[in-house]
Amino acid sequence: MSQSHAAATRRRLPNTILAAIGLGMCLSASPVLADEHQSAGAMGSTIGYTCMGCHGVAGEGSGNIPRLAGVPQEAIAGMMLAYKSDGQAGTVMNRIAKGYSDEEIQAVAEFFANQ
Amino acid sequence: MSLSRRGFLKLSAAMASAGAMGAATGCQQGNGNGDGTASGKRVVVIGGGFGGATAAKYVKMFDDTIDVTMIDGKASHTTCPFSNLVIGGLKDIDEITHDFKALEKRGVNVVKGWVTGVDAEAQSVTLEDGRSFEYDRLVVSPGIDFNYDAIEGYTEEVANTSMPHAWQAGEQTLLLRRQLEEMEDGGTFILGAPPNPFRCPPGPYERAALVANYFKEHKPNSKILILDPKTGFSKEGLFREGWTANYGNMIEWIGGDFGGGVEKVDPDTMTVVAGGTEYKGDVINVIPPQKAGKIAQVAGLADDSGWCPVNQQTYESTIHERIHVVGDACIGSPMPKSGFSANSQAKNCAASIVAMFHNESAPIPSWVNTCYSLVAPDYGISVAAVYELKDGKTTSVEGAGGVSPLGGENAEAEAGYAHDWYASITKDIWGS
Repeated sequence: MSQSHAAATRRRLPNTILAAIGLGMCLSASPVLADEHQSAGAMGSTIGYTCMGCHGVAGEGSGNIPRLAGVPQEAIAGMMLAYKSDGQAGTVMNRIAKGYSDEEIQAVAEFFANQ
Repeated sequence: MSLSRRGFLKLSAAMASAGAMGAATGCQQGNGNGDGTASGKRVVVIGGGFGGATAAKYVKMFDDTIDVTMIDGKASHTTCPFSNLVIGGLKDIDEITHDFKALEKRGVNVVKGWVTGVDAEAQSVTLEDGRSFEYDRLVVSPGIDFNYDAIEGYTEEVANTSMPHAWQAGEQTLLLRRQLEEMEDGGTFILGAPPNPFRCPPGPYERAALVANYFKEHKPNSKILILDPKTGFSKEGLFREGWTANYGNMIEWIGGDFGGGVEKVDPDTMTVVAGGTEYKGDVINVIPPQKAGKIAQVAGLADDSGWCPVNQQTYESTIHERIHVVGDACIGSPMPKSGFSANSQAKNCAASIVAMFHNESAPIPSWVNTCYSLVAPDYGISVAAVYELKDGKTTSVEGAGGVSPLGGENAEAEAGYAHDWYASITKDIWGS
């Protein structure tokens, strides 16, 4: 084991992934199905990582694909909801936004707002 | 303070006892250190492509106390996405080749070598040169291999000399490009498309378009013939519209209903037989039927279909414990076998592995796939979908996804987005 590993032996999971792994399961009195429990933070980060395929590392944007990192939650969620309802014209985002519940949209908007 | 941060604080205190409690509640055991940490755990990744490099990066990013080793037979990865732009003369191969330096900088141990054996019992992999690596979790992302036997006369040697498949990017891509450059004006380019399932469903049809774009400029009297065993294909309406708008009747498609499947090739006469009819070509590109990459077959991870069955939440093989398969090699349908799918699957897989090491349950996955195709340099089309886990199965979210509208109204914008997507995803995987 390297020194850095030894030093980090007690280290816990980082914030984002800790949120993503649905810790509640193991701490509940009885086992529950994973898909019955998920915090908003977990939901936001899991979805958020998939967005980075187009929206850049940590949501930094790529060319004309807009930056999401640090954009206020209300602005991201508002745009996503507008795409979802077709109130906002777009190319691929209207098709993608329809894949998420309003709750998921708020969660992923918060995830990027905090990047 | 974010919700996730609040969640972290609330849960982290309780997490100290999570390992002990896991046994009582039936959570994953035997993966973590028993104290809730993953320090010193070993993840070995086979393959440095879209799936493998993503998995290596994200495991390390989620918990840098985990030892991550990524093994690839090459020192860099040349992407299949955008390789049609090289074939069409729009990009240089160096522009679609990515080294592994950023992964090394992140702390991933990058090993150059071909894995020839996997011992699922001993939890180790062996390389051609005799080296071996032990793992706590193995991620296998070898891409595809070809069923050469399916087409009479077609062999690896034929592919490497006269009739390239160009469905693994690199030398094959350059060979096909050279052949197209050497072809006389007025020649015929035959593209033999594969049956389902195969890597990159829109790929053959994008290739035809970008070869047409090259011909239009340099060899305008040439023809393109697609011979296809399928009765339809990805983004068909959009491709047909785009082909006609950009290239008139240069591209002809013969589908399965009309005997389109290539059954036999003869490299000496440069002919192929499909549906009992012989076709002569000046450049012939045969994309054979496919299966999971060789090491997946050798390791016994594939079933009778030739592809690897996996738990859809964690990508752990349903055949061998502690081995995960992501990307083209796994059975991840309805997700297509695409670079974007592999990237999305690998992120969910990485999160699952890290969670297991921490004696936690795998997170609830969420996936996206967006595939852009260029019909011409300024004419792009797309297909997108969002996926969720339902009753243990990967499922397309109803009402979401679909293809670009007909009429070409977004074609110019989507051509730009195709390039922006490529820059983004390759930086996500190999550049950061």
